[in-house]
Amino acid sequence: MLDDRYPLEYRLYPYARSTDQDAATPVRHPVVIMGGGPVGLACALDLGLKNVPVVLLDDHEGPGQGSRALCFAKRTLEIANRLGCAGPMVARGVVWNLGKVFHEDRKVYEFNLLPEDGHELPAFINLQQPEFERFVIDRIRAAQSAGAPITLRGKNRVEAVQQLPDGVALEVLTPEGPYKLEADWVIGCDGAGSPLRKMMGLGFEGRVFEDSFLIADIRMKNESFPTERWFWFEPSHKAGASTLLHKQPDGVWRVDFQIGWDVDRTEELKEPNVRKRLDAMLGADVEYDLVWTSIYTFQCRRMTDFRHGRVLFAGDSAHQVSPFGARGANSGIQDADNLCWKLAAVIAGEAPEALLDSYSFERQAAADENILNSTRSTDFITPKSEVSHMFRNAVLDLAEHHAFARPLVNSGRLSTPATHDDSPLNGPDAVTGAPERTRPGSPCADAPGEEGYLLRRLGGMFTLLALNCKVPSGADALGCAVVDMACSPEGALGQRYLGTRGQAIYLIRPDQHVAARWEAPTLSDISEALERAKGKV
Amino acid sequence: MPDRPQSALVTMPNIPDPDGFYSELIALHDGRSAQDSAALNARLILLLANHIGDRDVLRAAMEAAADSGHAR
Ligand SMILES: Cc1cc2nc3c(=O)[nH]c(=O)nc-3n(C[C@H](O)[C@H](O)[C@H](O)COP(=O)(O)OP(=O)(O)OC[C@H]3O[C@@H](n4cnc5c(N)ncnc54)[C@H](O)[C@@H]3O)c2cc1C
Repeated sequence: MLDDRYPLEYRLYPYARSTDQDAATPVRHPVVIMGGGPVGLACALDLGLKNVPVVLLDDHEGPGQGSRALCFAKRTLEIANRLGCAGPMVARGVVWNLGKVFHEDRKVYEFNLLPEDGHELPAFINLQQPEFERFVIDRIRAAQSAGAPITLRGKNRVEAVQQLPDGVALEVLTPEGPYKLEADWVIGCDGAGSPLRKMMGLGFEGRVFEDSFLIADIRMKNESFPTERWFWFEPSHKAGASTLLHKQPDGVWRVDFQIGWDVDRTEELKEPNVRKRLDAMLGADVEYDLVWTSIYTFQCRRMTDFRHGRVLFAGDSAHQVSPFGARGANSGIQDADNLCWKLAAVIAGEAPEALLDSYSFERQAAADENILNSTRSTDFITPKSEVSHMFRNAVLDLAEHHAFARPLVNSGRLSTPATHDDSPLNGPDAVTGAPERTRPGSPCADAPGEEGYLLRRLGGMFTLLALNCKVPSGADALGCAVVDMACSPEGALGQRYLGTRGQAIYLIRPDQHVAARWEAPTLSDISEALERAKGKV
Repeated sequence: MPDRPQSALVTMPNIPDPDGFYSELIALHDGRSAQDSAALNARLILLLANHIGDRDVLRAAMEAAADSGHAR
């Protein structure tokens, strides 16, 4: 009845009977999260740290085994840092900067990502998804000990939901039988196959890509490869139409073979057949252990609306992208970042429910951007027509000799956070000559300051950042944190926030996106922008 | 020279010695299979496109090329 659908990597929240199961009438909770993948866990932690009681229900008892997300981008790590769990992730993750691109058996070119200076966190790390989830759960455990109202319930499968006028009724199945629950709000983080979406009869439209990819995680025995990313287009070893080699922690390598649409999965996954591909690629004398193999296919699609009354969708349940460009988990964590402060503000009565519509608005646009990017990568890697194939190879041929063609080579673009340009929450952009990258709607770029990195100082509440000036008197009574920083025009902080101007005041949202900026605002300028950023205008 | 916006596509004659250019272009394809030629054309388009660089001009060229063709 409640069998695991996949094997566990770690059993971190074993089933335990809750008193809710013995209640005569369904117990009501402010927030129930359905699904304990990276996105559900991030939501639980974020809300719990804001002192909003959350109950997370997952139909398993911990992170599942297997190779899924591997690349976690800087914005994800910054959010994890705000939540207090980036340290162990970065310590454990693999950082790489050098990439090589091959076509047939020739090296087309190599690139060094040369990440920009002046950021606390790396541009991205390679870390296995189950480990990422474990670090978030470790942090949840620590927060619980410090009193954060978070409950994780393993082997609690949501079977049915019903919208109530002011909440949601849920039916939950456990190994000891079913029980009923109620929630003021439900966050659906139940993954791409989202049972919640189906229970509510909601669509999930998009494009299917007719190709399969075989993942083999291998541990080298004697040999080792450098910590680089290697991508082959049409390798002459023919083990895949394209092949990716990527490093994970503990000397494990991810190899990803594009193997075509009409494949016999059982046959392909037999060890001798997997080894045949690997040997063709590595050479027959290289010894390795197979750690994990699987085959995946993918689609790019999203829900039309991420909010349905009292139910909010986040992560893969709301949108699905191809793995090229690592935008799945990374964008899901940004959903959590965007949603949780808004939900907490609505629950606390500090903002109208309409603020939650801005979650849909902003994250739907972000999902479109992610789908666009990952679709473009996919079309380059697996061209859909003869002409597209010809141009792809023309780009690769030219890239070998001419620098101009290299930016056209698309083997997956690094996941970057969305700027919410048309968001209804954005206020004035009133600093002439200030940099584009920190315009209203942008995620704040990190920069070092005298008292530590900027993003650390921003934390997770509305903040007025005063650069080379003071906030107008009375502004400290608006309920925002005030952070004063001095900066020079040459320093990273000045370059990223002042541009050619001498001073500025930024209003920054709890998710560290810029809400408004001025050179010299009045108190009422600021309070108006604050009202707008809380969805009150 | 007539006034025109900087980024307009040039569709008036602009190549000195048109016959010479044309025979050079055809000679480039001498002895190549249709597939080879097509690949060569693709590389040529990419080189020229990069040289032009201006997205508006490139878009206008793509449109002009699409509009002047006859489906066969
Ligand atoms: C091969 C591959 C490579 C990838 N690489 C990357 C990468 O490098 N970077 C990246 O960012 N992303 C990557 N992704 C995408 C990433 O794995 C997903 O985007 C991510 O797991 C989504 O997280 P989630 O929390 O939304 O959903 P999931 O991780 O799918 O979690 C959903 C959870 O809900 C639970 N659940 C389901 N139904 C119920 C129910 N009825 N009741 C209770 N619980 C339920 C499930 O058991 C599960 O625990 C990759 C994916 C694949 C397949």
